[in-house]
Amino acid sequence: MWAYLVRRLLYALPILMGVNLLTFALFFVVNTPDDMARMQLGVKRVTPEAIERWKVERGYDKPLFFNESAEGGAQLTDTVFFDKSLRMFVFDFGAADDGRDIAREIQQRMGPSLAIALPTFVLGLFVTVSFALMLVFFRATPLDFWGVVVCVAMMSISSLFYIIGGQWLISKIWHLVPISGYGGGLDAPRFLALPVVLGVIGGIGSSTRWYRTIFLEEISRDYVRTARAKGVSELTVLFRHVLKNAMIPILTGVVVVIPLLFMGSLIIESFFGIPGLGSYTIDAIQAQDFAVVRAMVFIGSVLYIVGLILTDLSYTLVDPRVRFE
Amino acid sequence: MIEHGFETVVLWTDACFFLLLGAFAVGALHAWRRPHLRRSWARVGERPAGMAAMVVLLVFLLIGILDSLHFRAALPPTAGQTETVYATEVTSVLDVVMHRQRTDVERTYSAPLATHAFVKETVELPDGGQRRDFPRLVHGGAHLEDAAQDHGADIASHLMRGAAVGVGLSLLAAAVLSVFNGGVGRLIRGQTQLAWRSAWLTWSIVAVVAGMLLSLAQGYHVFGTDKVGQDVFYLTLKSVRTALMIGTLTTLVTLPLAIALGILAGYFGGWVDDVIQYLYTVLNSIPGVLLIAAAVLMMQVFIENHPEWFATAAERSDARLLALCFILGMTSWTGLCRLLRGETLKLRELEYVQAARAFGVPTVRILLRHVLPNLMHIVIIALVMDFSGLVLAEAVLSYVGIGVDPNMASFGTLINAARMELARDPMVWWSLAAAFVFMFVLVLAANLLADVVRDAFDPRAG
Repeated sequence: MWAYLVRRLLYALPILMGVNLLTFALFFVVNTPDDMARMQLGVKRVTPEAIERWKVERGYDKPLFFNESAEGGAQLTDTVFFDKSLRMFVFDFGAADDGRDIAREIQQRMGPSLAIALPTFVLGLFVTVSFALMLVFFRATPLDFWGVVVCVAMMSISSLFYIIGGQWLISKIWHLVPISGYGGGLDAPRFLALPVVLGVIGGIGSSTRWYRTIFLEEISRDYVRTARAKGVSELTVLFRHVLKNAMIPILTGVVVVIPLLFMGSLIIESFFGIPGLGSYTIDAIQAQDFAVVRAMVFIGSVLYIVGLILTDLSYTLVDPRVRFE
Repeated sequence: MIEHGFETVVLWTDACFFLLLGAFAVGALHAWRRPHLRRSWARVGERPAGMAAMVVLLVFLLIGILDSLHFRAALPPTAGQTETVYATEVTSVLDVVMHRQRTDVERTYSAPLATHAFVKETVELPDGGQRRDFPRLVHGGAHLEDAAQDHGADIASHLMRGAAVGVGLSLLAAAVLSVFNGGVGRLIRGQTQLAWRSAWLTWSIVAVVAGMLLSLAQGYHVFGTDKVGQDVFYLTLKSVRTALMIGTLTTLVTLPLAIALGILAGYFGGWVDDVIQYLYTVLNSIPGVLLIAAAVLMMQVFIENHPEWFATAAERSDARLLALCFILGMTSWTGLCRLLRGETLKLRELEYVQAARAFGVPTVRILLRHVLPNLMHIVIIALVMDFSGLVLAEAVLSYVGIGVDPNMASFGTLINAARMELARDPMVWWSLAAAFVFMFVLVLAANLLADVVRDAFDPRAG
């Protein structure tokens, strides 16, 4: 298994390199640093000196790939590509436009992001899988039909409306929880309750349908019929046989997103004013802070690759046939 | 507004949209000629949900088409002028139809069907004094002598007239449908082969609702007005085009990429497969929103730095919409590509493909004649299923600030503007409600159609 892990990690390197090159091309080749400077400084105040100052402040004044004026190894290291792209591999992201260190900022903001994303994920998984199992238990009855109708209707509502509606009803009309904000310690649940609940509700429609399809596919197999034929009760069939065997497709979709939970949710965090990575990203996008967006892209793909490896490992837990040789 | 002539303008998105419609028509004709394809589409039409969804989508499509026929109106000629001068503003046929809603701008917020403004202003009294009161609207209900007394009755009469037109249209449709389906009885009892009853019922509802809305819109702001006094009903209808564009034009990028790369990877294997797999793993491993955000940021910089490329504001926001479609396409072809690769791997080993290869049929011919047609069901399912997701994505992206141009009417910009108004007391809810209803109906119809299409085309579904 260790050999497998090492191989997978080595395989991840070229992919990260590709991500790196892609973002580098997007941020520095499509538009030159001069263009970015002009955009950020606004059209009115643009002078060549201002552009130069903007570039020096951010370290964009160096050549892209090859520095002819430097000596020896510095010819390759004293470049934008090395500074801004390759340094990401050691999680050195440089400073944001407000001068703060991006890596430290990310560390601080992971906590609040996880505080929302983890409960949403766990609760959402539990609710949708239970709901889907219930629909499958009552399959081909009016309950199943209307359950699917409700799911399709819920899928058709933009997540923005869930949040806006929830904030309006629960915070503004019923005054149950504060509309937005974040507090640590004992105060936290008051602030977290609403975003978590809304996050779960927003995901019910599509996830339930997805799990229902998986379960229905599993329930039509021969072993299930055999189990019923030997007198196993329907509930036991569902939990002992169907749920267990449906774990592989479920894990394929679910484990991948676990590491990405660190990234938080863009929309929920910005609506509720939670100082997590999601709102950090949104603020950076709106302020056009290119360094932060680049850093988030890189971290996102690292976490995604970790998720892929975790998915493979999780198969060994639920399916004894899967082994890594 | 067009009494002095006009000059047609074809924006880039219009051209792509009509190109796509044309391709769709060719595809439909092709499917009509092949019995097995016709059978699949007939299965879609046999399901009531499928027919209902198609009627709703066609109505939205009609709005989108009307709003995609652009032109520039000629200005009234002045003395001594030899050439016609055209307005810089690009207008669409929908703008002409909704001329009244477009130009009847209030000062600021007003509630749906209101006759008085939503916020108090200082009103000059006839005796020279001043008072804080809700002033009469400039356009909404301006035809009423006594707003307080006649308001209800006037609305009711508008509703009756609209409903009457709607019922008329419904009866007309019933008459046409019965002619083609062997009598009214069969239509109403649902004994037609395709689910025409469901289509007719949906059409009736749409016609009555649309009739009432349009009739009310002749005297009032049906969905109220927004902060700068624009008619929300008009803005909502304009948003339909944006949503349709995002949902359909994206496929112009995804389909060629996914089909070409998927088939190549699956059929040739080896290093071609490795390269293509590497490509989509890289793209896939970047979380979608972030990749889109990065690309849109760069596009903004690019558009900002090349103002000379865009003559009018409409062209500029149009370029941005098209670029957004391309970016969404570049980030979303990977899923379909992987599916097609897997299916091609299976097809490659089938006897008839092997036979074709043994007979020395050129590879290109094998791919086009034997592989591609057997992948089309996957492509069609993916196409229909992606549509609703893209419409929803547009709203979120525009909310985040990386969607369409802020000046372009879209569901996302409507919601974004309305969000701030929720904090007001009393609340300004109407633009949010209008965006919600229209978006919900559009996406629900697309989701229902996607389900029916998947059932009809997926060979695995019984």
